[in-house]
Amino acid sequence: MHFSLQCSLPPVITALCPQSKSFSHEPRHHRIKKPISHVPKSPLCSTTERALIHQCIEEEEEAFDGRVEDQTLPLGLRREALPRHVAVIMDGNRRWARLRDLPVGSGYEAGVRSLRKIVELCCEWGIKVLSVFAFSSDNWFRPKVEVEFLMSLFERGIQEDTGIFLRENIRISVIGDLARLPKAFQELIINLEEATKNNARFQLIVAVSYSGHYDVVQACQRLALKAKCGLIEPSDINESLIEQELETKCTEFPYPDLLIRTSGEFRVSNFMLWQLAYAELFFAQSLWPDFGEAEFLKALLAFQKRQRRYGG
Amino acid sequence: MTLHTEKGGISRSARRFLWKLSYLQRKCIFSVLSVGRFPTHIAFIMDGNRRYGKQRNLKGGAGHKAGYLALMLMVIYCCELGIKYITAYAFSIDNFKRGPEEVQYIMDLMLEKIELELSKEDSLFSRYGVRVHFSGNMELLSDPIKDAAKRLMVATANNSNILLTVCLAYTSMNEILHAIQETYQEKLAQIQLQESISEGRISMCNPEQGDHVLKLAEIEKHMYMAIAPDPDIIIRTSGENRLSNFLLWQSANSCLISFSQLWPGISCWHLVWAVLNFQRNHYYLEKKKKKQI
Repeated sequence: MHFSLQCSLPPVITALCPQSKSFSHEPRHHRIKKPISHVPKSPLCSTTERALIHQCIEEEEEAFDGRVEDQTLPLGLRREALPRHVAVIMDGNRRWARLRDLPVGSGYEAGVRSLRKIVELCCEWGIKVLSVFAFSSDNWFRPKVEVEFLMSLFERGIQEDTGIFLRENIRISVIGDLARLPKAFQELIINLEEATKNNARFQLIVAVSYSGHYDVVQACQRLALKAKCGLIEPSDINESLIEQELETKCTEFPYPDLLIRTSGEFRVSNFMLWQLAYAELFFAQSLWPDFGEAEFLKALLAFQKRQRRYGG
Repeated sequence: MTLHTEKGGISRSARRFLWKLSYLQRKCIFSVLSVGRFPTHIAFIMDGNRRYGKQRNLKGGAGHKAGYLALMLMVIYCCELGIKYITAYAFSIDNFKRGPEEVQYIMDLMLEKIELELSKEDSLFSRYGVRVHFSGNMELLSDPIKDAAKRLMVATANNSNILLTVCLAYTSMNEILHAIQETYQEKLAQIQLQESISEGRISMCNPEQGDHVLKLAEIEKHMYMAIAPDPDIIIRTSGENRLSNFLLWQSANSCLISFSQLWPGISCWHLVWAVLNFQRNHYYLEKKKKKQI
């Protein structure tokens, strides 16, 4: 291992207001701080060693001045090899809570915090679209109390984070069979989508009351209606037309490059079936509330190594 | 029993003996597995034939020949295990993008193997009771292969031990598209019949009437894979972790397993491992379902 790596100090990305949380409600600016030059004065550290450490720090500082932008990407990640669209099945919230003897609601709240963190990382690292499987069509069969808690959690999350989405230039899209959601929640979603529709830095797609089967069926129904009304010929229906009617038509990049599923389950659970045709699948062992930067980095590094041949 | 032939290879009787020994070994292992639930349907993405051929400096597309043998072994193991449905991703529509020599080699190999099975009285398929079905857009294939495939399906139609579905000229998107088109045509015919009965009083574009509504069950009925239930396990070899446009519709709740082994090197142990994983996941899923009720 190169000596300079041993004595280099990592850059510190910090907010102007050190007390605020990431993506919090206070104004936040990202700035790269230079490493603090602490040279140990312990008698155990000889003069020669201190001189060498000084030299390392000076080299690091020179290097920093030259490449502030590159420092936003962790070591190993290449910007050109990042996936444009990452999809996540956020599994494991309830198990996380049960392991800690907490109510299930705490697991979901921890899941929301984890989601905020991943959204922040996506923005920092230049991933354009993140789709998350928040609530499946099958989840309606869960206990009523749990479903109601989830709905109120989503509503609260939208209300609390609207300011952040607007400030951080994030576009929000919600896909799924929204007619099953409470009316007030549906209105909130419509307003949020409208308010953020021109934001271009990053897009968060939240799948609520969604299933891959439902998505394809509703696309077929739209096409069937168009054909019936003479807008298209039945023989015109092809894969491209189906893609244009899927719920992911709200984004420039409808096909995820990478699907991450947490909690150690090896299934796609009816999420975006058509769109996952060529997605790289990554199954993480950790539960969703524990899925942080390190795990996300691992998934992205694994993605970078994959050779995508598309059948060729 | 002599072990070696004059040329130095293993004698036929020795091969039979070794096969019987391995069969007994498998029988023991499979009986242990039978404590848990067996999957009904296993699907295979047979990836890695070309790399296998390159690694062993095999000529031409000989890796694909090795891949064919591996598939036959898997069919035998699945029969012994009591699996009722196997699906193999033999040739994707995307694979037509490969070099013409490779595509032709694969087509010739398939034709050769189908004709071989048809010509043998005591073929592997008849010995093990394997019914063969071909799923995919067969119109993209040449006439000789289409014809041979049809003949094999007819010849094995009465076999009932296991259904082997070979996905040829297949992608899931193409399958879904085909199902939608078929469903739409069927719906249109129904509507036109109703209209002729009601003398044209039904409005074509009235969404309230719901005649345009295509239902999930109607679409599923027209899938190429309607012949089999959804796979319990999808196994992909060669270390890749993607579905590559295979059984997207049917894989909603399948256990996805990836092995780093290249397809021709797949063994009974990989199958055992896959079944054990399925049993572990199945137990957890059943527990989850009971909690939801």
